[in-house]
Amino acid sequence: MSDVVEKTLTALPSLLSLDSQPGSAKLSSTSKLGNLIRGITELTSKHEEEKLIQRELTSIKEQVSSPNTSMRQMKELMVRAIYCEMLGYEASFSYIHAIKLAQQGTVLEKRVGYLAVSLFLNENHELLLLLVNTVLKDLQSTNLIEVCMALTVVSQMFPKDMIPAILPLVEEKLNHPKEIIRRKAVLALYKFYLIAPNQVQHIHNKFRKALCDKDPGVMTASLHIYLQMIQENPEGYKDLTASFVTILKQVVGGKLPMDFNYHSVPAPWLQIQLLRILSLLGKNDQSTSEIMYDVLDESLRRAEMNHNITYAILYECVRCIYTIHPKSELLEKAAKCIGNFVLSPKINLKYLGLKALTYVVQQDPKLALQHQMTVIECLDHPDLIIKRETLELLFRITNAQNVRVIVEKMLEFLRISNDDYTTIDLVGKVAELAEKYAPDNEWFIETMNTVFSLGGDMMQLDIPNSFLKLLSEGFESEEEDRKLRLFAVDSYVSLLQGEPGKLPQRFLQVISWVLGEYSYLREELEPATVLRLLAKLLDMKNTSSETKSWVLMAMTKLCEGGAAVSVAQEVSETYSNSMDTVLRQRAQELEHLSQDSELRARVLPRDGGQEPLEVDSSLSFLDGFVSEALAAGAAPYKPPHQRQEELAQAKALSLEPYSLSLPISVSSCSIADRQSPTLLSMSSGLSGDSTDISHKGGATTLKLDGVKRVWGREGYLAQKEPVEEAAHVEVPSPLRSPSQQGEADNSHSQTPTPTPTSEPEQEKQQLASSLFVGLGSQSSVCLMEKCEPTAQRFRRKAKSQGPSSGASEQTSNSLVSTSNTVDNLLCDNVLDTNISSEPAISSPKQTSPLSQRQKGLGLCDIKGRNPSLSKDNCVAANDHAPHEDPDRPKDLCLSSHLPAELSGLPHSEITPLSSNQSLDLSACHVQKEDSLVLVVFIYNSCDSDIQQILLRLDSDELEVSCVCDSPMQEVRSHSVAACQYSLTVKRPSVHVEVGGTVSYQLTVGTLQSVQFSYKLPLTSFIRPLTVSTEEYGTMWLAFSHDTKQNLTLISDGQESLTATLNVLKKKLQLHVVEIIGMEGIVACQLLQDQPCLMHCRVHVGTLAVWLRSPVPDLPDCLIYHCQRALQEH
Amino acid sequence: MIKFVLMVNRQGQTRLSRYYQAVELSRRALLEADVVRCCLSRKKDQCSFVEYKDFKLVYRQYAALYIVVGVTDTENELSVYELVHNFVEVLDKYFSRVVSSHIMFNLDRVHIILDEMIQNGHIVETNKSRILAPLTAIDKMADG
Repeated sequence: MSDVVEKTLTALPSLLSLDSQPGSAKLSSTSKLGNLIRGITELTSKHEEEKLIQRELTSIKEQVSSPNTSMRQMKELMVRAIYCEMLGYEASFSYIHAIKLAQQGTVLEKRVGYLAVSLFLNENHELLLLLVNTVLKDLQSTNLIEVCMALTVVSQMFPKDMIPAILPLVEEKLNHPKEIIRRKAVLALYKFYLIAPNQVQHIHNKFRKALCDKDPGVMTASLHIYLQMIQENPEGYKDLTASFVTILKQVVGGKLPMDFNYHSVPAPWLQIQLLRILSLLGKNDQSTSEIMYDVLDESLRRAEMNHNITYAILYECVRCIYTIHPKSELLEKAAKCIGNFVLSPKINLKYLGLKALTYVVQQDPKLALQHQMTVIECLDHPDLIIKRETLELLFRITNAQNVRVIVEKMLEFLRISNDDYTTIDLVGKVAELAEKYAPDNEWFIETMNTVFSLGGDMMQLDIPNSFLKLLSEGFESEEEDRKLRLFAVDSYVSLLQGEPGKLPQRFLQVISWVLGEYSYLREELEPATVLRLLAKLLDMKNTSSETKSWVLMAMTKLCEGGAAVSVAQEVSETYSNSMDTVLRQRAQELEHLSQDSELRARVLPRDGGQEPLEVDSSLSFLDGFVSEALAAGAAPYKPPHQRQEELAQAKALSLEPYSLSLPISVSSCSIADRQSPTLLSMSSGLSGDSTDISHKGGATTLKLDGVKRVWGREGYLAQKEPVEEAAHVEVPSPLRSPSQQGEADNSHSQTPTPTPTSEPEQEKQQLASSLFVGLGSQSSVCLMEKCEPTAQRFRRKAKSQGPSSGASEQTSNSLVSTSNTVDNLLCDNVLDTNISSEPAISSPKQTSPLSQRQKGLGLCDIKGRNPSLSKDNCVAANDHAPHEDPDRPKDLCLSSHLPAELSGLPHSEITPLSSNQSLDLSACHVQKEDSLVLVVFIYNSCDSDIQQILLRLDSDELEVSCVCDSPMQEVRSHSVAACQYSLTVKRPSVHVEVGGTVSYQLTVGTLQSVQFSYKLPLTSFIRPLTVSTEEYGTMWLAFSHDTKQNLTLISDGQESLTATLNVLKKKLQLHVVEIIGMEGIVACQLLQDQPCLMHCRVHVGTLAVWLRSPVPDLPDCLIYHCQRALQEH
Repeated sequence: MIKFVLMVNRQGQTRLSRYYQAVELSRRALLEADVVRCCLSRKKDQCSFVEYKDFKLVYRQYAALYIVVGVTDTENELSVYELVHNFVEVLDKYFSRVVSSHIMFNLDRVHIILDEMIQNGHIVETNKSRILAPLTAIDKMADG
C-alpha cells in the first residue's frame, strides 16, 4: 500500500464516525432530508430499508405535486428522490419535477435540478426533450454560472435530434473570455461528436483552435475529441504529432501552473492522455514515431519520483514505446522499467508490471525470459488476481514446447477458481492451446477431457464443436487420425465405466457422439458393451433429454449383433412412449434401424463423415416415388403456410410453437454449412433461426485480443506455413512423460539460469526452464513481426472449399431432424413405403432418413402442379378435366379479346379453366403497375346465344372486385366475352386461388352452371418497391414479422451475390436497393402498399436471407418463391 | 473508460453511485452488492484491482468507506486508483476535512464535484481549484 494511503488513513479518521456532523449544520436537524439520512444510517435489514423508502416515496409524491412547494423545498425533495433511486427504488414520478426545477430554480436549486435530470434519465428518455428550452435559455443567460450548468448538462446528455438547436450557441462559447466556459463548450462538442459525429464535422478547425488555446484546461478538454478521432482515423491527424509532442514536452518540463500538479507531478492525467494519443499516431509509422522518441525518453527520465501516479505515467509510456515503431535504446529503458514494476514489493505495481509484460511479450517474447523467476513467484502468489494475470502472460508465450506445463498451471487454477466468468475464459484458452500445440494424442484427449469436465455446461459451444470437428475431419495422416480416435474411444469407455454421473451434459454428448461414430475402431470392443454403457447414461437421473437424444443416436449407429440389438430394443421400447417428441422420434429410429441392418448401413454408413456428401438439392431421386404415390391417390404436397392455414380454419389446436420450425425443413437442411453436431442440435431450440446458427458461437466467444487464431471457420488459416513446417522438423520431440520433461528441458534450455541454491529454488528453476523454453532462440529474430515458433500438430487436411462447405456429415444430417420432428412423425409411413418399394432409387449417401422425408414432402409439391403450365407458376385446377377440343379458340385468338386497356401489358398464358357443351372458360391475369387484373374469357361454343350469364368469384385469400361496369348479360354464339376483375391479397399465401361459378340460361328456365378455380402465385402481386437505403433502415426496424433462411447462390464467382439478386429481381420483380460488399438489401411490395424487405448476406457459400414485413406470412411466402426462383434458374 | 463510481460503507450500503454506462435501475442494486462483496472480501495486502466479469474494479478504502470504480480493460488502473485519491482530496478541501456524514448530507454537492471531474466515463478535470470553482461560485451566490 502506498505511503499516501497510509497518510490519508491517519488524516481522515473521522470518516468512520457520524458523531461530528459539521456538514449537516446547514441542514436543519429536523428537516425531512435529515430524517431520511438518519433513517438510512440506522437501517439494519433490507426489509426495514424497503419500508423506509416506500414511506419516503409516498411522502415525496405528496409534496412534489403540491402547488405550495417552494423551489427550495423542491430541491430537497429531489435530493431525497435521488437517495431513493440510489437505493434502487424507482421514483419516476419525480422526473418531470426535476426538469421543472432546472427550469424554474435559481443557482443551487437549478443545479440540483440538472443533476437530478442527469441521474434519473437515460440518454434516450423522451422527457429530455423538455429540457431543451431550459438549456437554450440558460446558454443565453448573462449569469455565467447558469451558462456553466447548461454546458455541463449538455456534455452529459442531450437529445441527438436537438443538437442543431443549440449548436450555434455552443460554438459561440468557444470564443468566450472565461476559460471555464470555453472548456465546457469543448466538452459539449465532444459529447456531440460522440452521439452524432456528422453534426460537428464542419467545426473541425475550431477543435484545432481549442487545441491551441492559451489555457491548458481548454487544450486538455480538446484532447478528448482528438483521442476519439485519432482512434477512428490515425492517418488524418499525423500532422498534429509535433504539436502533441510539444505539449507533452511542456507538461513534462513543468511549464504548467502549479495548481495542475498532483503530488508535485505535473498534470499526470494529461500526460497519460497525450501518451495514448502518441501511441496511436506512431503505430506502424516510423517517421511519425521518430518525432516522439525524444519526449518519450524525457518522460521516462522525469518520472523517477516514488509515487503511484508516476508509475501510472511510466506504464503508459512503456506501452507507447512498445506500440510505436521500435527504437532499441528506448526499448531497453522500457524493459528495465517493467522489471522494476514486476520486482516491486508493492502489489499494485506488480500487477501493472505483469499487465505490461503481457502486452509486451507479444512484440518481444524474450522479455519474459528476463523475469522468469518473478513470473514463477507470481504464479504461486496468494492473491488470485496476480495469479490470474500471470496465467494471461503465460498464455501469450505458449509454444509447442512449454504447452504441457502452462496448460497444467491453467488447469490447476481452474480447479480452485469458483468464478464462472474466469472459468469460461480459461477453459476457452486451454482448449485453444491444446488444439494449437498438443504434443501428442494422449495429452490432447486427456486435456480436453479435463476441459470438458471443468468447463461443464457453461463453457462455450465452440469448444465441443471444434473438438468434434477436429476428430471427424481428421488431419494429414490417416493413421494418426485413427490413433487419435481410438484413444478417445478408449478414454471415454473407461470414463463411462467409472462414474459418469459426475460428468457434465456437454461432455456426455461428446462422449456419445464419439462412441457412436468411432467405437468400431476398437475391434475387441463389443458393440453390446458400449450400448450397455450408454444405456446406463439414459437411466441416470440428471441426464438431460438433449443428452438422451445424443445417446439414442449413438446407439442407433452401434446396434449391431444380437446382443446389441436386444439392448437397443429394450431401450427403444422404453422411450418410444416418452413424452418428449424428440426422444420418441429417436427411439423409433433406433427400433426400425436396429431391426434392419441393411437399411442402417445405408442410412448411417460407417465413417460417413469422411467423404463430402453430394446433396441432390432438386431431390430428383424421389420423382418416381412421388408420382407413384400421387397416382395411388396420395394427397399432393402442401407448403407449410397452406397447411397451417387449413389447420387454423379447421379450428385445430393452435400450432404456433411448431409453426416456426417448419420453414427450416426446406432450407436449413439444404445443409449448406458444415456444422458439427452440437451446433445443429441447437437449431432445435432456435427453431427457424437458421441463418444465425453459425454466428451463435461467435457471439458468445470471448475476446482473445491479440491471440493469433490458427483455426478459422474455413479450417486452418494457413499463414507462415513454411516457417512452421521448418519448426516442426527442428523442434526436439516432445517428451513422453511430464516427469522426464523437466530434466530434458533443462538440458537443452538456452535460458541463462542463476546458480541453484536451495531445493525449492531448484524446483522453481526447473519450472522456469520448462515454462520459458522455446522463447529464447526464435524470438531474437524479429521484433515487429510476430513469429510463431511452433509446431503445428493438428494440421487439417487441405480441402477444397466447395465440397466441404456444401456437404454435411451423416451425423449432422440426422441431427437436423431433431428440429423437424413434427414433419418426420407425419411422414413416417411415407418413408417406409418409399424404402421398401424403391430401394434402388438413390445412392446410399443420399438416403439419410431425414433428407428423404423432406424430399418426399418437397417433391409432392413440384409434382403436384401441372408441368406444362405457364412459366410463372400459374396453375389451373379444374373440377372437370378440360377435354381437348380441336376447335377451341387458340390463345392468340383469345388474347385478341383482351380489353384494349390491358393489351399492351404483360399477361400470363391463357389457361383453360373449365368447359362443357356450351361454354369454354379460360382465364389469364394481367400485371398492371399498381394492380392485378384477372380476365376470364367465356367462349360460347354452341350455336345459340347464351343469356343471363352471371359470373361470381370468391376467394379466401383475395379481395375480388369487378372492373367492368355492368355484369355481363349475354354471349353470342361462337363469340367470346371477357370479364375483368381486380384482385388484391387479403391474406398472403404461397399460391392464391379464386373460385368461381358461371351460371347461365341456355334455354329459358333451365339454369346451368360451370364451376372453376384459378390459382396464381403470390409473385404476381409483388411489385418492386423503390426506397432509399435510409428509408429502408427505418422501415426495417418498424416491421415485426420476419423469417430467415439460407438459399443457394447462383454461381460461386465473385459476383455471386449480384448474379443471385439479379435473378430474383428479374423473376420476382424485386427492387435491389443497394449491394454493399457481401450484403445486399432488396425491397418489394405486395399490392397494395404492403412492403416486404429482404436482407441478404453471402455466408459460407450460401445466401443468408432475412425477410421482414408488417404483414404476417408474407416473408414466409416470399422466401418460398425466392427459393423456387433460384432452383429453377 | 470508467463505467461507474461507487461509494459504499463496510456494511455494503451505497452512499453514492454514478453510472457512465446505462445500467437499469433494477439491476443496479444487484450489481452493487456483487461488486462490494468482491472488494470487501479482499485483504489489505492484496491488489487493489479486481477482475470482475469482463471489466475491472479499482477500489480504495478510506476508513469505513470504500470507493469502487468500474473500468474497462483498456484503462490504466493505477491512474484511476490515484484519481480516486484526487477526488477524496478535493472533497477534503471543499469540506475542510471530509467525514462520511459530509457525503451523506451533501450528496448533491458531492455529485456536482464528481461531475466536474468525470464525464461520459472520461477524466475531464483534475485541477483541484478548477474542479471546485463552479460549486464555490454557486455557494457564494446562494449565500449572498
